Amino acid sequence: MPALISVSDLHVHLGESHVLQGVSFEVPEGGVTALLGRNGVGKTTTLRALMGLVPRRGRVTLAGAELTRLPTHRIVQRGVGYVPEDRDVFAGLSVDENLRIAERNGNARYELVYELFPELKTRGAQKAGTLSGGQQQMVAIARALLNENSVLLVDEPTKGLAPLLVTEVAAALERAAELATVLLVEQNLAVVARVAQQVVVLDGGRVVHAGGAKELLGDPERVRALLGVHGGGH
Amino acid sequence: MSTFVLLTITGLGLGAMYFLIASGLSLIYGLMGVLNFAHGAFLTVGAYATWWTSTHVGGGPGTKLLVGAIVGLAVGALLAALVELVLIRPLYERHIEQVLVTVGLALVLSALVEAIWGFDARQFPVPDWLIDTTTIFGANIPNDRFLEIATAVLVFLGLTAFLRYTRYGLIVRAGVENRAMVTALGIDVRKSFTLVFAIGGLAAALAGVLSGVYFGAVDPGRGTSLLIFAFIVVVIGGFGSIGGTAIAAVVVGLVQQYANYYASSGLGDLAVVLLLALVLLARPGGLAPKVAH
Ligand SMILES: Nc1ncnc2c1ncn2[C@@H]1O[C@H](COP(=O)(O)OP(=O)(O)OP(=O)(O)O)[C@@H](O)[C@H]1O
Ligand SMILES: [Mg+2]
Repeated sequence: MPALISVSDLHVHLGESHVLQGVSFEVPEGGVTALLGRNGVGKTTTLRALMGLVPRRGRVTLAGAELTRLPTHRIVQRGVGYVPEDRDVFAGLSVDENLRIAERNGNARYELVYELFPELKTRGAQKAGTLSGGQQQMVAIARALLNENSVLLVDEPTKGLAPLLVTEVAAALERAAELATVLLVEQNLAVVARVAQQVVVLDGGRVVHAGGAKELLGDPERVRALLGVHGGGH
Repeated sequence: MSTFVLLTITGLGLGAMYFLIASGLSLIYGLMGVLNFAHGAFLTVGAYATWWTSTHVGGGPGTKLLVGAIVGLAVGALLAALVELVLIRPLYERHIEQVLVTVGLALVLSALVEAIWGFDARQFPVPDWLIDTTTIFGANIPNDRFLEIATAVLVFLGLTAFLRYTRYGLIVRAGVENRAMVTALGIDVRKSFTLVFAIGGLAAALAGVLSGVYFGAVDPGRGTSLLIFAFIVVVIGGFGSIGGTAIAAVVVGLVQQYANYYASSGLGDLAVVLLLALVLLARPGGLAPKVAH
């Protein structure tokens, strides 16, 4: 399978620290690739670097086209959707307005979004800042699904959610993966096991493992060594 | 009673001018994080463009004022848009440098105005009906006060409608909360920076025209002296909030007038600074949260 996204020798400095020290990996077209690693290892920074939200050095290509010289809004216009770590919904805007601002053209996929998250329709007039964490996450995912993106970068969508909501979000991710290639940062290995086919593991500012999701998650020793956690749960 | 009415309406007229200056300042800071010290210069340049045009067209003072104002507003908006494109944009995200540039620009523009037209005040064309008074509750109110108040109310309604009902307004409100996330939705947020600067420049020039009518003249220091109060209004009202700015402008205008009359002349400015200190102690973020509404 040809790589849809190819990252090579990506470097990011934040303040004094050299957070990414030559990150290289590939994301095949279709399905979900999970980006894993211990806390603070640079997963969020990697996604932000792909989005052009932090100064970065190196090469990132999407379907062969170089992205690193483009400003963020142009990268998005190439078909990249972003669901940030802390949701970043616009608290003072209504749910409807949060979705409307994400529309990039006249064919926003509201049926899809409302089918996945019916609550967003009934709560359209509510200020996003007054939603629960789970509902805010739905808004954040919906904003990315509203447009026809070829890639979705999704950062810890299940963080802090109740088990029932984790299931709902995982289902939405599976659906999203039918429509786009998903690069997912996720600490909940049960969710990774359910939705991801590939994994990429970061440590010490570099990629230390890349391969099939089943192979890694089926090897608890390896999981503990790479991620410092036990396989199968939080 | 009649004195109180006169003070109140004059205070509202003053507040109206503060609002026109402060609304642009507030939106620019809220959206871009730039404290625009050149905003007073937009006002001065707009007022001088109005005066200069009025001396070059025929007709009565009403026509002169109207034609002059149209040119003055256009000049204010264009100057502001140009400043954003040429000086602010190349320093994207470098807020200290941006602020320094606006300080420098403020100095350059007022020096330029002084060099061309001198330090002396220039007579503004004011039609008689604006100088005449209307009697309300026994108070003789100069009619220009009503013009100032009505203009500010219209600008407030217009800005509110712009923010609430247009796509650019939506982008501005979202950008005030989280600029980076707006770009991460595929929006070139810099276009709305230019637009907000242009709107701010237009409103400032409008304040320049109205201040010319209020004082009957324009002088090179006008923008700077009004800017100080506009900054106080913005801080009290909360950055990025049009509603908060409107309330704060009215309060500052009224407090200034009342203190000048009931306490002692000259105490008005001190009272405004005291008010600022009180608000900051009670609510460090200003009256409104940092949300454009
Ligand atoms: N603005 C900043 N200045 C300096 N260092 C930063 C900054 N932002 C993040 N860092 C550091 O960069 C490193 C990587 O952070 P990042 O958020 O990318 O990690 P992460 O893998 O997403 O962590 P988590 O699992 O907690 O979400 C961390 O050590 C963090 O402390
Ligand atoms: Mg993270």
